Amino acid sequence: MEQNSQAVIAAKNLNLVFETNDGSVHALKDVDLTIKKGEFVSFIGPSGCGKTTFLRVIADLEQPTGGSISVNGMTPHEAREARAYGYVFQASGLYPWRTIAGNIKLPLEIMDYSKEEQDKRVQQVLELVELDSFGNKYPWQLSGGMQQRASIARALSFDADILLMDEPFGALDEIVRDHLNEQLLALWARTEKTIGFVTHSIPEAVYLSTKIVVMSPRPGRIADVIESTLPKERPLDIRDSKEFLEIAARVRDGLRAGHLDD
Amino acid sequence: MKNLISVLTVVFAIIIIWYGAAYMMNKQWTLDQAERAGTTVTASEVFKDTMAQERPQLPAPHQVITEIWKTTIEKKITSKRSLIYHGGITLSSTALGFLMGSLLGITLAISIVHSRTMDLSVMPWIIASQTIPILAIAPMIIVVLNAVGISGLIPKAMISMYLSFFPVAVGMVKGLRAPDTMQLDLMKTYRASPWQTLIKLRLPSSMPYLFTSLKIAMAASLVGAIIGELPTGAVAGLGARLLAGSYYGQTIQIWSALISAAVLAAVLVMLIGAIQNITLKRMGMLR
Repeated sequence: MEQNSQAVIAAKNLNLVFETNDGSVHALKDVDLTIKKGEFVSFIGPSGCGKTTFLRVIADLEQPTGGSISVNGMTPHEAREARAYGYVFQASGLYPWRTIAGNIKLPLEIMDYSKEEQDKRVQQVLELVELDSFGNKYPWQLSGGMQQRASIARALSFDADILLMDEPFGALDEIVRDHLNEQLLALWARTEKTIGFVTHSIPEAVYLSTKIVVMSPRPGRIADVIESTLPKERPLDIRDSKEFLEIAARVRDGLRAGHLDD
Repeated sequence: MKNLISVLTVVFAIIIIWYGAAYMMNKQWTLDQAERAGTTVTASEVFKDTMAQERPQLPAPHQVITEIWKTTIEKKITSKRSLIYHGGITLSSTALGFLMGSLLGITLAISIVHSRTMDLSVMPWIIASQTIPILAIAPMIIVVLNAVGISGLIPKAMISMYLSFFPVAVGMVKGLRAPDTMQLDLMKTYRASPWQTLIKLRLPSSMPYLFTSLKIAMAASLVGAIIGELPTGAVAGLGARLLAGSYYGQTIQIWSALISAAVLAAVLVMLIGAIQNITLKRMGMLR
């Protein structure tokens, strides 16, 4: 392949059409996108714009009907088989019958890590998401935000250099969300993972990302790709800076343009 | 406490209705006897007699309780007239049939959930199996197994199994399919094998369904065991007591066997309920 070796995810002319009972739905139309190693890419757009579908295509949970996509230079299927990514869903999906540590161990058990390695990694990721003293607690003993942090820890516990997050903080209130966003940035800086992040919050997308992909619906397509000019170091009050507001305005414009066709 | 009061109220109401019914049903016999003897009886004499006949149409509650007392506490367990002896025989085939039925049901459910072919081909047969009257098929099972040299506990347990695998199979198919798409997708992202998904996700998720099915299966097993005892020549077991009682018009014996069976079923189902509570609480699924 002649593509940039730094490209972790490369989609070319990607199309996905769902056949449903009342006709076909064009979920993704001619999507071209390259995500480089270590980037934090947000996908933003109204519901039905294909942002989640695109993430699911990367994860091999959905099959494209046209075009090509590579993940770590492989097909999504091979990448999934190689356990190349961790996936975080909107709900934490923690097992009530396992402790937090037990839940984080789940992928490690499935992937046959040794007992000592499992314990070591659980401890590591618990510290990473600041839940070190909660390993022995059960999910119901934790708040919603803590549960979601545990599910992020679970996705980080094995060696995947891609982290795919589908509206992970969508169900949380804004104060908790701010805090988690801050933590996620710190975590990203420490782990140097490549992150794909689906959201419908403009401030969240601008605050977190190095690249913002604005999408629009019917058919789902990319309306704009914005390279963020914000520095890597981002305190929460950067959201009041002029630069931040300018990027947010451009995102908003992109979203509005997508809606004009309706 | 509130529960206890409502349960006792219902029990009390049943006993009142029972006494009333016993009086109404047994009255005629008393009047006929009196007429034949050419005597007249007062209303209170009629009432007293209906409560103490030897072969009443419907025995009064205290008669049944006395009979149960006599055939459990006052009889040696080894005696052929001991209800505990007969209950024990029924219990052993119930337990064996329940065990076999549950295992069969779980196995079937696992294969149905994992194979579309099984789902399409076996599921209709499972449902069809339950439309056949068990009373018709029970003697055949006994005869066929006897012909190949199997008799005693196994044939009766087979009938219990026949009745008890069904609720477990149906309940577990639902239970094993309880995890939602997101949880199954998560397993897919880990490249978990079907076996790992079964052990780590599907089976634990199915526990509430399993216990509910097991309760039904246990009651069905007991019915199966009693039915299995009918065509064997009524040698031993609660079913045999029922049959013998009806041969000789021993209504009190029939009713005491019936009540014992009901109590046995209640105890067994409550036992499963207790295990269910402990397990689900431990698994954090009951909060």
